[in-house]
Amino acid sequence: MWQSLYAAHKDQGFVVVTVAMDVPEAARPWIDAAKPTYPCLIDGNHHVAELYNMVNVPQATWIDEKGHIVRPPENAGSSDAFRRMDRVTKQMTPEQVADRERTKKTYIAAVRDWVLKGAASEFAYDAAAARARLFLPDAGIAEAHAHFRLAQHLLGRGKRDEAVEHFSQASRLHPDSWCIWRQAAQKDASGLAAGPEFWARVDALGDRPYHRPIDMKGI
Amino acid sequence: MVTVLYEQSQTNCATARAAGEDLWIGTHELESATGWSMKPQGLCRGDVCVPAPVGQAGDYVAGDAVNAAAFWRRMGNPVVHDGAREVWVLGTSAGHRGASLQSLEAPDFALPDLAGVTHTLSEHRGKKVLLATWASW
Repeated sequence: MWQSLYAAHKDQGFVVVTVAMDVPEAARPWIDAAKPTYPCLIDGNHHVAELYNMVNVPQATWIDEKGHIVRPPENAGSSDAFRRMDRVTKQMTPEQVADRERTKKTYIAAVRDWVLKGAASEFAYDAAAARARLFLPDAGIAEAHAHFRLAQHLLGRGKRDEAVEHFSQASRLHPDSWCIWRQAAQKDASGLAAGPEFWARVDALGDRPYHRPIDMKGI
Repeated sequence: MVTVLYEQSQTNCATARAAGEDLWIGTHELESATGWSMKPQGLCRGDVCVPAPVGQAGDYVAGDAVNAAAFWRRMGNPVVHDGAREVWVLGTSAGHRGASLQSLEAPDFALPDLAGVTHTLSEHRGKKVLLATWASW
């Protein structure tokens, strides 16, 4: 998703760092197929999700040359159009596809604008505006990450039943985290947690978003 | 043997003794597992020191051992363990994470790529970084 953006701007002081909320075996086929030239890091414990209070993928944050956050973690260009797909054929209407593509293009164009203009970009926030857009964790979220960490450790040692208990605790404490829920959920043959339980959970959102809408002109 | 999970590290602690919701660890081992060390003024890391509550020191410190779980809870950090009390997560509070984000200093981390090479966020200082997550699921 990011390779062409990175390739176009890597000589202009820009780098993409991706973090897979995944174990290495699950991430490997995707990275092998895409052959990205930017760093692709593996984060089975979802440490970055904990540090940045991220709840889904893709999410991204913009960090300037001094290491300061100039756009807090947010949905990185995905739309909720998929929720209206035909769930048998997995097909979306042309309008839904267009909605998805427009959101992605608008987001990537904004990243490009920031790469070229820096702090002068209308998409880069000053400190007060950035702070106002942060999502801060609560005690339940902090405890959820502790349970998730324990669950991944236990799973890696073959203690599946006990791991499942702690995954459940984590999801109960942090219900907004799709990262936690989908990592722990049953996967289909293609590795996706997109079965009936996923759709039931998506439907239970009602009017709430799966990907939080991006606060960005054009989206 | 008790395994302590703290931030990104995992440490086997030979001196650790778990009992109920208490986890006693030798001070040297706790320091190597977490960076927190016992000083006369309390359990310290950097400029921060957390004293044991007045009159309850015995629940927190005993000889060369520290009740890490008690200190962690006192700091508002989550503590969770497995049923056998062999694996303990000494977690980090929402307050600490939130303050870190509000500083707008992007929290640093070290993670491996598929080849096992460790990368940090801070090694890219001087560049603009798009830090993006994804997953196979």
